[in-house]
Amino acid sequence: MLTLFYILSAITLGTAFLTILSKNPIHSAIYLVLCFFSIAGHYLMFNAQFLFIVHIIVYSGAIMILMLFTIMLMNLNKADEKNKPILSRIAAVVAFCLVALVLLATFIKSQPVINEYKVSGQDFQSIKVLGQVLLNNYMVPFEFASVLLLVSMIGAVLLSKKEHINN
Amino acid sequence: MDQAIIIEKGIFIVVIFAITMLFAMYETLAERKIAAWFQDRVGPNRAGKGGILQPLADGLKLFSKEEFFPNTENRFLFIAGPAISMTTALMTSAVIPWGDKLTLFGRDVILQATDINIGMLYVFGVLSVGVYGIMIGGWASNNKFSLMGAMRASSQMISYEVAMGLAIICLVMMTGTLSLGEIAAGQHGWRWNVLYQPVGFIIFLVCSFAETNRTPFDLAECEAELIGGYHTEYSSMKMGFYLFAEYASMFISSTILAVLYFGAYNYPGMDWVESVAGANIANIIGIFVLFAKICFFIFFYMWVRWTIPRFRYDQLMKLGWKMLIPLAIANIIVTGIIILLADQNL
Repeated sequence: MLTLFYILSAITLGTAFLTILSKNPIHSAIYLVLCFFSIAGHYLMFNAQFLFIVHIIVYSGAIMILMLFTIMLMNLNKADEKNKPILSRIAAVVAFCLVALVLLATFIKSQPVINEYKVSGQDFQSIKVLGQVLLNNYMVPFEFASVLLLVSMIGAVLLSKKEHINN
Repeated sequence: MDQAIIIEKGIFIVVIFAITMLFAMYETLAERKIAAWFQDRVGPNRAGKGGILQPLADGLKLFSKEEFFPNTENRFLFIAGPAISMTTALMTSAVIPWGDKLTLFGRDVILQATDINIGMLYVFGVLSVGVYGIMIGGWASNNKFSLMGAMRASSQMISYEVAMGLAIICLVMMTGTLSLGEIAAGQHGWRWNVLYQPVGFIIFLVCSFAETNRTPFDLAECEAELIGGYHTEYSSMKMGFYLFAEYASMFISSTILAVLYFGAYNYPGMDWVESVAGANIANIIGIFVLFAKICFFIFFYMWVRWTIPRFRYDQLMKLGWKMLIPLAIANIIVTGIIILLADQNL
């Protein structure tokens, strides 16, 4: 089991680095897809089948395909690559560090809820329990997430409409 | 005991693989024979008796063709495209229940490679990954027509996946499970899901035509506009893999239609057969019943091909987004209300 974890982690890290390092944007996107697959493999190692398959459907199946779409249609190459000013580069690094800090803090501070389920002997990976937890304990954040998605959808529609009028 | 299960599952997986391949092979012949029948021709009849060896001859021809590589720096992706298509076309069969359990040599043999809790979502996951095969192949061909064909095929597949998922939600609400094994077992005798979910079935059927890139939605290979679509630059067995993957996925989607909506291996009077001839005989008949249903749906695919002309691209998108998705959402609401009312009455 541990060797499997090491192999998966090696694939995750390796493809993540290749995503950043490869020159061709399409290759980057494909490496990112592989990275997502290996992360899904980590979920499967926890026996979290639902998270595993949702990760594949949403990230590898939907988001990355749309990303590949845009990259293929825009036909990016080296000549189009803009040199970003140094200030925005520093801003990007700072923003990334802040996000990493928040993530780290949540992981350290968070109370593992799993123990409660382990004590009660419930199958905490099953969809039934997951659905109950989402709609009972975390109802408000869950609904907020859906509102967020709706807002971004409306924003996308609005952007495409605007271009249409200008033309 | 553990080893026995591994051997049993191994044999089962090999058998399923062989059956899928056999079906995909003879679908090519059936397609041509049925086309000929619809157009009042004879069809292929030279290789073997009544053209029975035609698929072998086709395969041999594809193998012996020149292997052509276009001028592209992405040779690896060019080869990976058909490989991904073929792999994903074959992966779905792992969660399909091919029959009820048999008792052989004092052991219960479950005719399903694996019955995971999330079988239905697994099918969707594999479907969404299948888009990569077409997309990567089309892009790596370094050809504008291929790229446009790949774009069309993948945007069509993504659009119809949404409506397909919404159609399935009704079924999940009704049966309360995502496992294909339990859904199949729940349709005992005559309680086929199509009788409870006719609208969902029609949406699912239309979407599966779009997912397999079959006429009337085969815009990816619209010859008049795009030459051969995403496999324009492909030749030899790589081209064969794309074509074969299409037929394999047609077989698999027919199977899923039969399992989800048309009662899988269940047939009316199965209890009577079981009481007369024993459980094993009844279940073996069930397997044949499932394959009869699959053959019917494969025939249906070919029937539609020669009945309905190809859609225009904007019509296709309009049908997907403006008709099927609202219809599927309305179906979810109606199903939910009915389930709620039925629960209160009980």
